Formats: sequence, structure tokens, C-alpha cells
Amino acid sequence: MSTSALAAARLILARDLRLALRKRGQFVQPLAFFAIVTTLFPLSISPELARLREIASGVLWVAALLASLLALEFLFRDDAHDGTLEQFALSGQSLTWLVFAKTTAHWLLTGVPLALMAPLAGMALGVPYAALPGIIVPIALGTLVLSLIGAIGAALTLGVRRSGVLLTLLTLPLAMPVLIFGAQATDLAIRGVSFAAPLYLLSAMAVLGVTLAPLAASAAVRISLE
Amino acid sequence: MAWTWFHRLASPPHVYALASRLTPWFAWAAAALIVAGLYGGLVLAPPDYQQGDDFRIIYVHAPSAWMSLMVYVTMAVAAAVGLIWRMKVAHAAAASCAAIGASFTIAALATGSLWGRKMWGTYWEWDPRLVSELILLFLFLGYMALRSAIDDLQRADRASALLAVVGVVNVPIIHYSVLWWNSLHQAPSVMKLGKPEMPAAMLVPLLIMLAAFTLLFVYLLLVRLRGEILRRERTASWIREALADE
Repeated sequence: MSTSALAAARLILARDLRLALRKRGQFVQPLAFFAIVTTLFPLSISPELARLREIASGVLWVAALLASLLALEFLFRDDAHDGTLEQFALSGQSLTWLVFAKTTAHWLLTGVPLALMAPLAGMALGVPYAALPGIIVPIALGTLVLSLIGAIGAALTLGVRRSGVLLTLLTLPLAMPVLIFGAQATDLAIRGVSFAAPLYLLSAMAVLGVTLAPLAASAAVRISLE
Repeated sequence: MAWTWFHRLASPPHVYALASRLTPWFAWAAAALIVAGLYGGLVLAPPDYQQGDDFRIIYVHAPSAWMSLMVYVTMAVAAAVGLIWRMKVAHAAAASCAAIGASFTIAALATGSLWGRKMWGTYWEWDPRLVSELILLFLFLGYMALRSAIDDLQRADRASALLAVVGVVNVPIIHYSVLWWNSLHQAPSVMKLGKPEMPAAMLVPLLIMLAAFTLLFVYLLLVRLRGEILRRERTASWIREALADE
């Protein structure tokens, strides 16, 4: 009873990470998806690196966006199935903090690996070495915002049949600002220009997302559990 | 009590009767203003010195675009009222807004595309305003999809209400990001209409059309709201009395 909200959140974060390590398959899927999607573009457009470099930022961002959306379905599903989520809601702890912890775990397990893998795909698309930070940092930040926004959609579609397509339909329009500034940051980095401006806007969205999205997501979880 | 009118809005029979009484007034007012606005816009207003008669599509395009956003905000406000005060009628109103808003959005996109055909030579240009309008359409579609995917009415109400509120927080962010996205990629578009320098003969019909579309929206909302209330309260006994009166 005396556990503080922060301590409870930390426990959930640790639990989710440990569970993920035991069920690795689920978290390798988005990475494999990302690798496959980025491979489709050279095959469908042209193997010329000069042309691929032109579209590299768009390819990386759309693939990262879709891959992280793909993983969102898992965010609450298992916990909702076995009743854990209900126990969280009844525990007397702030559900907002618990949802925030789960979202953070989700980002650490999908967003961060995606950000670390994206440079490999980037190099395959002809991105120069100097531009690699311009891939890693914006994708890491952008996937954080995506996880936060997506948590709302994932909570709203809990228990809905064929929720995957619906989740995509709900989340993608809200995610467009992230795509716009993220792809712009990566594009500027590839051109060898400073990408600070779109990165600041992306950080502003991350701050806004961290403060507001968990509130909405926990309200959505409560609605779905009703 | 000053708040009685608000509390009475929570009662479906009261709102149903009120909507039935108000519907013809809004219908006639909207029809009269549409006729006046179209006459002013299509006949009285002078042709534009650059675009000739082509600019006249603005009298449908601008009000539709304006309404699409206004309906979304109305929907979100109704949804928030429903969430906060657990007001069934507010949820019914929010649900009635979605299809109307999506229709206005499609009208704005279609007229914008036709106008673009004359001005830019293509039916679709990645103009920031058209793109925000398209994303708004996706938001309406998402709302409707979520609502239809959940079978339990109460849960559908509350879940879609939360989505509408989240959406309305995002609308300004989406709008400005699309604006900045485009300004860095290409020169501003050719269209510079709608600036204050518009002469009165062109501007007055436009304002009339804006008012007319607002009334049209209220009329459509009242009609749909009555249907929505009938559907939700179909087992209630007051329905039989209300329908016997008509």
C-alpha cells in the first residue's frame, strides 16, 4: 500500500522489460518488418544509390512509423487478456503513471531498437556516415511520441475485433506531425545541413506527449475496462 | 435557477421536442440565406480580374472548408460534455456530427480540387490547406470507424468521445506542421484569394454563405439528432406519445 506512484511505475517498467526478454519473438517482429520494408524500396524503385539517397529519409520514416505501429497492438493486449490491466486499474495506484511506465517500456523495446537499426538501413540506401546521428536521434524521439500517441489508440481499441487496421486508422492521422518533422530532420542531415530546427519541434512534441498522452491513455484504458 | 436550461438538455424527451420545434425554422432560414448568397455570389458579384468567373466556386468551397473544422470542434465539445457530465444527449449529438462533418470535408476537398484544376492545371496539388483538409477527413473517418467497431453503445460513446477530444487537441498541431512542411518544400501557392482586400460585392455574399452553411449544419444536426435519440430511446415509453403527437 505504501508504494509510491513512481516506485510502482518503476516496478512495472522492470516487469515489462523482463517479460519481453522471455518472449523475444514479439519484439523482433517489428525490426524484421522494418528491414523488409526498407528492402522493398530499392527493389521497386532503382538500385542507384544517388536516387535512393533522395528518398532515404522518407523510406526510413515511413518504415519506422509502420513498424512501431505494428508493435502497438501488443502494448496492452496480453495484460488485458489475463486481467492484469484490471488489477492495475483497481490497485489504487495512479493508472496514469502505470500506463506511462508501460508506454516507456514499449518505446525501449521497439523505438530504441528501431533507431539503432535504422542507420544500417540508411547506409544501405546511400546515406553518408556523417548523417547517421540525423537518423538515430530523430527516430528515437519520434518513436517515443508515436508510442505515446499510439498508447491512446491501443487502449481505445482494446477488445475490438480486427483491431489492427482500426488502430492504424486512428493513430496515423495524429502521427503526421511527427512524420513531417522527423523526415525533415533526417533529410536535412543527409543533405549535410543542421537539423536542429525540426529536432526542436520534435522535442516539443515529445514534451507535450509525455505530459498529456498518458492522461488520455489511462482514461481510455478505464473506458475499455468498464 | 440559471442552470435549469442546461440540466434540461440532459433529458432526451425535452431535447427531442425542442429539436422538432426548431428544425423547420433552421431549414427555412438556411434555404433563404443560401438563395440570397448564391444570387449575390453568382449574379451580383463582379468577375475577378484574374480568374474571371472561376473564382465563384469560393462561395461553396470556403463555407464547406470553414464548416468542416467548425463541425469537428462542435463534435469535440459535445463529446467532452458527454464525457464530463455523462450526458447521453451530448453523446448522441457528437455521434450525429461525424457524418455531417465528413460530408462538408469531402465537399471542401472536391470543390478545392475542381478549383485547382482551373488555377493550377491539376486536380490535386499538395497545397497545405488541401492536405490539412484531407487529414481532417481521416480524423472523421477514424472517429466513425471506432464508433462502428464497438458494439456496446455506452463504451462506443465514451471511447469515441475521448478520441474526438484527443483529435481536437491535435488539429492545430497538424495544421501548423502541414503549413511549415510545405513552406520549406515549395513556393507558396498561387491562390491568394480571401484576403481582406476583397471588394464588398464579393465579400458580402461570401459572409452570407458562411452564415447559411452554419444554419444548414444546425438544421442537419437537429434532424440527425432526432433520429439518433429515437434509435437510442426506442424502448422508452415517451417515444410512443411523442410520435402520436406528430
